[in-house]
Parts: sequence; structure tokens; C-alpha cells
Amino acid sequence: MFDNVWLIPLFPLIGFLINGFFGKKIKNEAVIGGIGTLMIFMSFIVSCGILLQMIGLPPEQRVFEKVLFPWIHSGNFKADMAFLVDPLSAVMIMVVTGVGSLIHLYSIGYMHGEEGFYRFFAYLNLFCMSMLLLVLGNNMLVMFIGWEGVGLCSYLLIGYYFHKKSAGDAAKKAFVMNRVGDFGFLIGLFTLYWWFGSNHNIWTINFTEIKAASHLLPYGGVVTVATLCFFVGATGKSAQIPLFTWLPDAMEGPTPVSALIHAATMVTAGVYMIGRMSFVFIKSPETMMVIAVVGAATAIFAATIGTAQNDIKRVLAYSTVSQLGFMFLAMGVGAFTAGIFHLMTHAFFKACLFLGSGSVIHSMHHALHKIHSHDDAQDMRNMGGLRSAMPITFITFLVSTIAISGIPGFSGFFSKDEILWQAFANPYHGGLNIVLWGVGALAACFTAFYMFRLVFMTFFGECRINAKAKSYLHESPLVITIPLMVLGFLAAVGGYIGLPKLIGDMFGGIPNYFEHWLEPVFALANQYSAQYAHHGAHPSHAFEWSLMGLSVVIALIGIGIAFTMYVQNKDLPGKFTATFPALHRAVYNKWYIDELYDFIFVNPCKAFGQFLWKGFDVIVVDGVVNGVANVVMGFSGIFRYIQSGYIYNYAFSMALGVVAILGYYIFK
Amino acid sequence: MDMISIPVVNMTPILPEIFLSVLAMVLLLLNVFSPSGKKSYLAYISFIGIAATAVLVGAGWGGHIESFSGAVILDNFATFFKMIFLLAAGLTVLISDQYMEREECNHGELYPLILFTVVGMMLMASGTDLMTIFLGLEVMSVSLYVLAGFNRNNKKSNEAGLKYFLLGAFSTGFLLYGMALTYGATGTTRVYKIASVVGQMTLPSANIMLLAGMLLMMTGFAFKIAAAPFHMWTPDVYEGAPTPMTAFMSAGPKAAGFAALLRILLVALPTLQIEWSQLLWVLAVLTMTVGNITALRQDNIKRMLAYSSIAHAGYALVGLVAGNGTGTAGILFYMLSYAFMNIGAFAIIILVSKKGETNGNVMDFAGLGFKRPLLAVAMTIFLFSLAGMPPTAGFIGKFYLFSGAVQKGYIWLAVIGVLNSAASVYYYLRVMVYMYMKEPTEEFEWTQVTAPVALALIISVAGSMIPGIVPSFILEFAQQAVKLI
Repeated sequence: MFDNVWLIPLFPLIGFLINGFFGKKIKNEAVIGGIGTLMIFMSFIVSCGILLQMIGLPPEQRVFEKVLFPWIHSGNFKADMAFLVDPLSAVMIMVVTGVGSLIHLYSIGYMHGEEGFYRFFAYLNLFCMSMLLLVLGNNMLVMFIGWEGVGLCSYLLIGYYFHKKSAGDAAKKAFVMNRVGDFGFLIGLFTLYWWFGSNHNIWTINFTEIKAASHLLPYGGVVTVATLCFFVGATGKSAQIPLFTWLPDAMEGPTPVSALIHAATMVTAGVYMIGRMSFVFIKSPETMMVIAVVGAATAIFAATIGTAQNDIKRVLAYSTVSQLGFMFLAMGVGAFTAGIFHLMTHAFFKACLFLGSGSVIHSMHHALHKIHSHDDAQDMRNMGGLRSAMPITFITFLVSTIAISGIPGFSGFFSKDEILWQAFANPYHGGLNIVLWGVGALAACFTAFYMFRLVFMTFFGECRINAKAKSYLHESPLVITIPLMVLGFLAAVGGYIGLPKLIGDMFGGIPNYFEHWLEPVFALANQYSAQYAHHGAHPSHAFEWSLMGLSVVIALIGIGIAFTMYVQNKDLPGKFTATFPALHRAVYNKWYIDELYDFIFVNPCKAFGQFLWKGFDVIVVDGVVNGVANVVMGFSGIFRYIQSGYIYNYAFSMALGVVAILGYYIFK
Repeated sequence: MDMISIPVVNMTPILPEIFLSVLAMVLLLLNVFSPSGKKSYLAYISFIGIAATAVLVGAGWGGHIESFSGAVILDNFATFFKMIFLLAAGLTVLISDQYMEREECNHGELYPLILFTVVGMMLMASGTDLMTIFLGLEVMSVSLYVLAGFNRNNKKSNEAGLKYFLLGAFSTGFLLYGMALTYGATGTTRVYKIASVVGQMTLPSANIMLLAGMLLMMTGFAFKIAAAPFHMWTPDVYEGAPTPMTAFMSAGPKAAGFAALLRILLVALPTLQIEWSQLLWVLAVLTMTVGNITALRQDNIKRMLAYSSIAHAGYALVGLVAGNGTGTAGILFYMLSYAFMNIGAFAIIILVSKKGETNGNVMDFAGLGFKRPLLAVAMTIFLFSLAGMPPTAGFIGKFYLFSGAVQKGYIWLAVIGVLNSAASVYYYLRVMVYMYMKEPTEEFEWTQVTAPVALALIISVAGSMIPGIVPSFILEFAQQAVKLI
């Protein structure tokens, strides 16, 4: 099965080619959507086969490299089109193809009747192929191809409604910000390649070879430079401070895109990349510190913004940014397994939340359309009481909300609690650990608050929609609700494969399967970390229990506040904003980050561009180019004149050439 | 009684040549018995024959057989080049039928002549004796003279044939004289023996006879590959010859010239590398510059591509100046990709132009992007590849050629090459500007794309793109091919 790994990205590629080239002619939505969904589902089946085979092998044999073909060999540089199958990439392909299949299926219903239906599925398939290349590549270049590919698809899909200016702007914003990050990725790649090559004559960009040679890397120094550059790449792709503002705008794309690309898969690429190169990152305590701090800061920062948004998808977008911050926090404290674990559970519950919001929007849109209202179908202030009209959407949404809020028994609790615990217990960042934990816990509190605010505003209370439209509200069709149910189920139980040791011991020693599964991948990084960080005395179980309890209490407080403000005493939010108008304005306007960026970067760049165009380009560049062109054209005229068409002229020129050559060599 | 002992000759190395020659003669006979106007089937038979020969040639990959007491050889180098020739011939046959029908000169002799040209080129690639190489060259050239003037009703075609013949004969004189002098200096015409004889000379570069022999041979081949200042025939012949033949001439015989030149310089005369690389440096710079600069002002697209083809010979010469593994493998890689992209571009020209070789200006491509988007996309790919833009084959080819030069310290040569390449973008892009940014000047009927032409276009597009995306495949073959010489 391992040998067939190349089939995984191939199927979506086929889907892309079919729908991309012939989709317009096929026209039939069922066929187009069916092909798109079937292709990614086939990848899912192959992924399952690989996973099953891998489970059957002893842990040390769970690595396999498949060289598809030699790609670029030039001097010392060698890059093959090759795939790396190991427990980490196995987790990723399962998430990408599994969640991907469900979202494709969902899209058949959601995108029904949209203009360019085929275009949507072609892009979606292309995205899946790129993402699979990204996670399967055995060297940095293949990963980079995928990295760029997902960026491109993200751009195409955010701008899917390209006739809307806001969608076009959002697509451009995402692309430009990603480019900034990609630049960092490339510099990091070059730095690492150059350092290994010039110091140890190991010219490689292959992960396995780098891993084998990673003991040569020093702690800090060049590794800090390289890893910080990689991390810049990660902040762009995964929407972390300072490159996070594109993600909320990316909600201009269709909702399935938000679910697949901007929640479950692409935005986690940065986390995956750090995990893939954990043995390099761990060698730089400084970078690890930066990652942890940026992660924690993003988590709390985005969470605060999420509390004041009224667009249902924007709340989820900020929530995604915040949850990604948690993952980076985990990576930054060396809890790689916890980070990947949260990546997986987050994929389940956040995809479910997005698809659920899509279902709500779908229904709202339909109802508003029926009464010819131009109210915003995504504004939560128009919703309310949808619980009775859309029971399946409501239940799955609620389950996922409970999961993300960190209520015990649901998947998000296990992964988030693990991150918070590791942030506290990690031996890397000295006294900072309490701060990291505190910030993380506070962000968790905000998470619970804004998520339940969303649920209460959308599904509880009385319906604020126009009474006429109310009767048109209905539950979405099966093709939409089935993915919701599957994802809701996973959001509930997906966490049990990674039970904390504490709880596992209580139930007769159930092991943490997920940690054991990823152990071979992160063993080396953990070994390096032990060389500079000395684990202190292990805190007592009682202490761990109390921290866990504390985080549950914090989550409950968040829910409680939301309940008070949006169910019990609905005047409170209004009073609150009236009391602290400045604070509310600042949060509502996303702390004015976009304006700040416009002021610092965008406007000066525009002014500089204007100068380059009007001043430099028109006068200097065009002047030089036109001057050169005129001179060259002059020569061209001379050559044309020599080319007379007469044979004797030609023969003469040949003879002259021969005489000149012979004369030079013989008499020199 | 004395018996004349007949040496045992291993025919394996020239099996493809024999096969093609027999096929050509059969086609000649068939032609006699088929009524005029019904010659298309000859094209199909030729194509199948070429494909079969390609299989035959391909089966010899990895082999190393000398035969005819060292006059011909079967090695990877020869095999690689033979594949290029067969490819060029195959594509040419595919695009010929429709064109020849339109120009009302679909005489059946065309296909046997193309096959004989291929036989000549193959001999040039596998010849390891100056005589064999010369024999091949003449078989090729004589057929080409006829092919260039094949459109008897067209004055320009006649002119092209005659010009090519006269100047070709002139250059053959130099070449043959060079071979004679080399024989005089070394006492042998076998390239491997020349190498050992020259290797034992105390100061070969002071041996005037040898030096003059080498230089004259180089001028002879410079004519065949259209290197400046021996390039003057190219624009006139390329413009006048029937378009499919122009396509063929720019891809096949040019590659054959390089095959022979590489074999002679690298195998027979490596001791004189300082001398010949010096001369080639000058030729390469001249050729690139003259080709590109003159192409800038051409409006006739065939003429423009003729100058561009001169420039491309210049790029390939850069790899030969380097003379190292990367550079020479680069030449092989480049010649192969060039066959795809150039014949592809000419196929589009055939489709755009009209009867009597009219409509052959760059301006006539106006609006192609809207009227025939697929053709325009194909043309864009060919032009991008010719201009050397990633991710096309042309880019990778140039990359290897220039990086070979850089490795050997010819930094300036590489810089001049890159600058030239940049200048060439202008005239390639000009076609694209017309295709996508101008409205067609007049309405006219577009030629239908027949199945063989469509096949040729698909092959050409694939051949212009795939080596650019996955260069290692082809490059590894090319590297193995140059390893043996």
C-alpha cells in the first residue's frame, strides 16, 4: 500500500483536469460534483489503506519514502518528486482527505445553482492535490510546491465571486500576505541548504537527510535565523500575528472553502511544517520562545476580537486564528504532539462549525430571498431561535461548540487541556511558563464566551428575522446534514484517541494512542530538547488535576457570562457598550489593525510605487529601454542591409569568414 | 587458389539506416503506381515507418558496437541524436500532408526524400570516420536541396533550393578540404585514430596542416548549423522553402551538424580544445547576436524564426565552448526540445497562413487568441519555450547550456547569452501581443486542423512542457549519451 502513495495526490489531480477542462461542457451538477467528491474519496480510501498498513507495523518501521521520479538534478542540488509516509503525514492525509471528502459532498448541496459550479469543484480538487503534496513531500521543494499551490487555490477560491469587489480585494490581500510569508520560507530553505552544504558538504533539502544530519546543527545562531524565517512563512500561511488579517477577510469565499481551506487544512500548514522540522526548530530556544509568545498572543488577541463581531462567519474566522494560536503555543513549548492533536480535533469541530454556519446562511438566504429582503443573511442580529427550524444543524453546532469550549468529554477538551498543561509544565521558557498558561487560559475563557454568544444569538431566543420569512426557514438537505453529523460525531469523540495519562490511568491505564503514534516522529526533537532544557521535578498529580479543573471552571465562566448576557439579561450587552464605548469600538474594529497596516505599510508602498512609476519608470527605465531599443534596431537595420539576397554576397561573406579565421590562427 | 576474404561485418549499427532506405525505395515505387492527388497514404506509411525505426533505434540504447572496422558505431550518443532526427522527421511528415495538398504540390517523392535525409543524418551521428560523416552529410544535403525547392510552382521555393544548393556546395568544398588536410596531418580518417595520433604529437597546435584542417571542417559544419558568418543562406532558404521543410531543416539537420561537430571535436581533437573553443566562443557570440538582433526587425514570421533559429544555434554553441559534461549534455537536451518547440511553432504558422504562402506576417496572427484559443495557447507555449521562460523545456535547456559555460569559467559568454536571450523575448512576445491584444484586421477562413496536425501539435506541446517540468528524465539520457564520447 505504501508504494501506492502517489495515487493520493493523483486522484484529485485527475478530478481537477476533468472538471477544469470539460466541466463547462458537462454542465450536469451531479456529475461534476460527483467526480470531484469521488476523486477525493478515492484518495481517502488509499489513505486509510496506508494508515491500516502502518498500524500493523512496529513503530520503528513506520517510515517509507517513495521516489516517483528524479526531478531536478543540477550539480550538488538534488530534488526528487518523492513522498514521505510516516505517522505525521499519515495523520495529515487522513485529515485532508477525510474532512475534504465530507466538504466536497457538502458543497454539492451548498453550491447548487451557483454560476461556475464546475470551476468551484476544479479548484477544490486542485487545492486538495496541492495540500496533499505539501504534507507528503519528502523534501522542502515538493513541500514548497504544495505550499504555493494551496496559496494559489486559496486566492482563486476566496475570489470565487470575483464580480464582487470585496471578494477580489480579499483574495489579493490573502495572496500578498501569503507571499510575504513564502518569502520567509524560501530564505529559511536557502539558509539551511547553504549552511549544511558549506559547513558539512551535505547538500540536501530532504527531510530525512536533514534529520539524520541534524545533530550537526548548533543550538541557536544560524538555526535561529533559518527557523525564524520558516516561522515567518508559517505566520503567513497560518494567519498568526502579524500576518493574520487576511483570514477574516477570506470569509468572502464560499462557506465550504472557509471550512476546508481556512479552518481545517491549509491554515494548519504552518503548524505541520514546524512539526515536520521539529528537530530543527527545537535547536533554537529563541525561535521556540518566539513561536510560543506569538501563538499565545494571537490566541488571546483574536479571541477578544471574536467577542464583538456580528457576522457569523467572521466570529468563526477569528476563532480559527485564535485556535491556530493555541497550536503554535503548543509547538513553541515543545509539545509537538499536543499541537498536532489540536490540529486534528480542531479540523473536526471547526469544519463542523463552518459547515453548520453555512447551513444556517443557506437557509437564511433562502428565506430572505423568498420575501425579497436585502437583509444580511450572515448577520447574527437577524437570526435567533433557529433551533426549532434546523434541529440537526443546531445539535451538531452545539456539540462542536461544546468541543471547542473545552468541556470535558468532548474532543477539544483533551487537546486544549493538553496544550495548556504543557504550556505550564514546559521547561523551556523559564518563568514565562505561567504567563503562557495564563494567557492561554484567558483565551480559552474568551473562546467559550464568544462561541456560546454565537450559539445563543443564532439558535436561542426568538427569531429576529422578518416574520414573513420565518416560515421559509427549513433544515438543509441530507447532502448538507450528513457531513455535519459525521463531523459532529468526530468533534465529540475524536479526542478519545489522545486521552491524557492522568485520565487514562483512572480508567485502568488506557494509553494515549495519539502520543504513541507520533512518538517516532518527535523522538529526536524531544531528545535534543532534553540536552538544553532540564525538566524539573514533575508536578504532582493533584496539581495537574487542579489545573485541569481550573481550565474547566474557566470555560464554564465564559459560558456563564454568555448565558447571562445573551439569554437571561439581554440588555447587558447594550449597557456594556454604553459604559465602555471606546473599548467596544476598538474591539469591534479589530483593534484597528487593518488601519494600522494601511498606515505603516500599504500607503507608503503605494506612494513609493507611484514614485517608481511616474518618476523612475517613465523617465529612467523607459528612457534607457527605448534608447537601447533604438540602438539595437539601428544595428538590425544594418544587418538587414547586409542580407542583400545575392548569392555572391553570401559566398563572399563565407569566404571572408574562412580567410579571417585561418589567417588569425596561422599568423597569430 | 587465393580466396578474397570477406570481413565479417556487424550490420547492427546501421540496421535503422538500412530499414529506412529500403522503406524509402518502396515508397518511391508505390508513388509511381499511385495516381496524383492520392498521396496522403504515403505520409501515413512514412510515419509508421519512422515510428518503427524509432523503436529499432531505441532498442539499441545502452549498446556499444563498432562496425565496418571502426567507420560506424552504435552508442548512446548516436542513439540519442537518431531519436531527435526521427522525431523531427515524424513531426514533419505529420504536418506536411495538409500543407502540400493546399499548395498543390503533394508529390509523392516528398516522403522518400525526407526519409533519405534522415538516413544521411543518422550516418552523420553514428559515423566515426570522416568519410562516413561526409557521406551522411551529402546524403542529407542533396535531399535537403530538393526539399527546399520542392514547391516547383513557387518562385521563392525555387530560389531557396538553388541558393541552398550553390552555397551548400561551396561550404562542402571547405569541409572536404578540411578533412583532406586532417588526413594529411594524421594519416587516418578514423576519429578514434586521429585522437591517438594527435595525442602523440609533441605540439599539435603548432601543426599548421592539422590546425587548418580542423578550422576548415569547423567552417563546413558552421554552415550546416547556420552559425555566423556562415548563416547568410538561412533566412532566404527558410523563408522560401515549403513551411514543413523549413520546420524540418531547422530541427533535424541542425542537430545532425551538432552531432558530427561534437563527435569530431570532442573525440578526435580534444587535444586542440583551447584552439577550437576559442573560435567557437567568437562564433557563438556572433551567431547569437546577429540572429537575435536581425530577428527584431522581421515582419515575416518564417524569416523571423529563421533568424531565431540562427540565434538558437548560437546558444547551443555556448554548450560546446564549455565542452564539459553539463554543456554537451545541454546541447543534446536543447536540440531535442528545440525540435519540439520549433516544429510546433511552424505547424501553427502553416495553419495561419494561406495558399501560396500568403498571410505569413506577424500581423496576420492578430486576434488568434480569440478566434482559435487552443491554437493560440499552443503557440504561446512554443514561443515561451523558444524565449526560454520557465517552466518550459527551452528554459531548462538554456539553463544547462549556460551553467556549463559558467562551470568552465566562461562567465562573460553566459552573460552575453542571457542578454541575448532577454533581447529575443521582444520578438517572440510581439507575436503574442498580436495574438491576444489586437483585433483581426480582416475576416478570413481559418484552416481546419486535421488529425495528423493535431497529433503533431499535441506531441509538440507535451515535448515543450514536460522536459521543463521534469528535466531529470531527459537530462539523464543526455548525460549518459555524452558520457561515452
